[in-house]
Amino acid sequence: MSISKKPSHDASFVQKYVFSTDHKIIGIQYGLTSLFFLLFGFGLMMIMRWQLAYPGHALPVMGTIFGENNMPGGIMLPEFYNQLGAMHGTIMVFLGVVPLGFGGFGNYLIPLQIGAKDMAFPRLNLLSYWIFFAAGGLMLASFFLPGGPTGNGWTSYPPLSDLAHDGQSIWLVGMFLIIISSLFSSINFIVTIFQLRAPGMTFERLPFFIWAQLVTAFLLLLAFPPLEGAAFMQLMDRLLGTSFFLPSGLDVSGQVLTNISGGGNALLWQHLFWFLGHPEVYVIILPALGIVTEIIANNTRKPISGFNYMRYSVIFLGFLSFIVWSHHMYLTGMGTNVTAFFQTTTMLVSIPSVIIISGLFITLWGGSIRFNSPMLFALAFLPMFGFGGLTGLPLGLATTDIPLHDTYYVIGHFHYVVAPGVIFAIFGGIYYWFPKATGRKMNETLGRLHFWPTLICMNLVFFPMLIQGIAGVNRRLYDGGESYLFMHDVLYWNVIISWAVWVMAVAQIPFIFNFFWSIFQGEKVTSDNPWEATTLEWAAPTPPPHGNFTKKITVYRGPYEYSLEGASKDYSPQFEKDI
Amino acid sequence: MGILKYIFPMQPLASVEGRDIDTLMYLIHGLILVLFVGWAVYFIVVLIKFRKSNNPKVQRTSSASKISTMVEWGVAALEFLLLFAFSIPFWAVHVASKPEYKNVLEIRVVAQQFAWNVHYAGPDGKFGRASAKFLDDNPLGLDPDDPDGKDDITTMNQIYVPVNKTILISLTSKDVVHSLGIPAMRVKQDVIPGMSTTVWFTPIKKGQFEIVCSQLCGLGHYRMRGIVNVVSQMDFDRWIQEQKGNHD
Repeated sequence: MSISKKPSHDASFVQKYVFSTDHKIIGIQYGLTSLFFLLFGFGLMMIMRWQLAYPGHALPVMGTIFGENNMPGGIMLPEFYNQLGAMHGTIMVFLGVVPLGFGGFGNYLIPLQIGAKDMAFPRLNLLSYWIFFAAGGLMLASFFLPGGPTGNGWTSYPPLSDLAHDGQSIWLVGMFLIIISSLFSSINFIVTIFQLRAPGMTFERLPFFIWAQLVTAFLLLLAFPPLEGAAFMQLMDRLLGTSFFLPSGLDVSGQVLTNISGGGNALLWQHLFWFLGHPEVYVIILPALGIVTEIIANNTRKPISGFNYMRYSVIFLGFLSFIVWSHHMYLTGMGTNVTAFFQTTTMLVSIPSVIIISGLFITLWGGSIRFNSPMLFALAFLPMFGFGGLTGLPLGLATTDIPLHDTYYVIGHFHYVVAPGVIFAIFGGIYYWFPKATGRKMNETLGRLHFWPTLICMNLVFFPMLIQGIAGVNRRLYDGGESYLFMHDVLYWNVIISWAVWVMAVAQIPFIFNFFWSIFQGEKVTSDNPWEATTLEWAAPTPPPHGNFTKKITVYRGPYEYSLEGASKDYSPQFEKDI
Repeated sequence: MGILKYIFPMQPLASVEGRDIDTLMYLIHGLILVLFVGWAVYFIVVLIKFRKSNNPKVQRTSSASKISTMVEWGVAALEFLLLFAFSIPFWAVHVASKPEYKNVLEIRVVAQQFAWNVHYAGPDGKFGRASAKFLDDNPLGLDPDDPDGKDDITTMNQIYVPVNKTILISLTSKDVVHSLGIPAMRVKQDVIPGMSTTVWFTPIKKGQFEIVCSQLCGLGHYRMRGIVNVVSQMDFDRWIQEQKGNHD
């Protein structure tokens, strides 16, 4: 098989680093690409925040570079605002966070943590990355269309999106490619985890990170195809004259649409979209939970409390995520029975979630906690993610969803989950596994300089959004709510939020500098296991070569055997026979 | 209570039905506050007590897990209490059903990019027929030959209603998805083309209350604003007389 065949020493640069089949190179490619997209998506938001803080004022310094079609005289047009908003959401979710947690960390770590030489299908893996890359390129290219990119929100509800300009078609093709790429990855991850575990690596001994990735892969495999179909249907509506999502008798801008067949259903798209959309939330958070669990076990020097419950919980969460989607649609005119069902399943979600978070909280009790950069981010994840989860409760209850739906409360809620939640976990993961990938540690001082301002700014950005949402300020308003008298009392927050966003951007400079500087100048690690961890990736040479392990790997125990009674040291790796 | 105005600035309530929503809003946020503060206190204590310099050697026995199990079940029980005692009954009584009172004023609202067309049946209580072929003549497509429509009243972005009377609004859209949000009435209902939805409320305060479109509907979404004018029954009757048969 080609997996075991090592590349010859004279493999060209292109084969080694561009079109590589090595899961680690692919993981790093995914990681760097999606970090770029995270920064880009964040940049879009920084421009939007100017308009929200100072609506109708010309953007200073760089106002004119966006062109007369978007920002004449530096003043943003509503079309451009909607486009930035739609692309911010799309890029952050589909090109940033998901490919970073799943494609980046998943690819790099899964074979290493289960003791495999590579993924089950290395070439499929390569293809998966390059399809994702093409999708990203297409999304970026849509900024250069005459009408600009799509501006219908990341949810693209028809009929608005069916009737929109060409940017929407490009968005649909981009989504189509992203889904294909994700399906390839998920099949690859599932087969790899089932088939390529090292001798002794039973399912009981799999680290939580692997469990999380396995459930994530199943979610992608089962939830994404409906959106693939829906994207194709919307594309047909736009290009081939079908009317899957267009009812009869539409009258747009004073013109009755006579060139469509009609008879479609606008709600159908919402169901298909959210059937993916909700599992997608778990696709975002499960890899983060996996990363945080690894870091917390390592830096408390303790086994994970209730590890068994956490495993069952993550599987249960995966199941539940398929039967809660309609809580995004309570206000579409649902009856009592349907809302009762979806409210109940939504409340059920909190049970496994609380079990997982409690497991991590309790692990801290009695530990000997080391506060290094990865641990700071992992620790901050807990209350931030927890708060994001709690603010989901009023949205999950249909009754309190009435005043809160489509307000900034929703934005505050899911950003608490994703930004100081998942993205913090990802930062923690980067600091934690950086020494394995490069042989050098990232700088601790710069790490703290990155952590504290980012944590403070995150809260200054997202907490006021909850307040604005309670006051009834809607999302997706181009003027930030200036048109509405009743919103005026809370609009002063817009200025504070925007400045916090811009300061947070500055706070990323230590990270970016640290990242690149440490590759060449960081403190060299003296062992393959610098954090004194227990899982298999630390048995590989640093950085691991193509094929990963130079010695035969056998697994002797569970993943988090820290501070065992009678052991010679406070960690007993899975790959060492003697404790 | 003063600080609540800044951290929990709900709009002053102006409808009967909104009381239950507000009660649940306060209860659920109270639960969030208690849980978050509880976790935060535990978290801070743990981070100080068990930092490496304070606790160089790990204690593997844990007494915290029993308490945590109790907390988990407690939280779940409270959530389901709020769900079954408040949220589901509210939906059944106030959202999914139509008002049982006889004394209801029915209004039709047709949303379009970026305005709310309001349609009253007029003194005869009967709505005139509407059809797409008359859309060129008037924004609601009212049939000029239908006798029921002769005394109908239409307005744009202005809804007039009498105080203390239940208002039932039937909603349709001409083009894309909109959502009728009236924050002071605790009302929000998506308006979806090809579907008819309803929403109802009973205003208890006179005054002007803003309508805000709550689903992205295009580049003018941010200014798709309307006003609910709540007036006394007498003023409302007078307004109806003045407007009689006025299509716009």
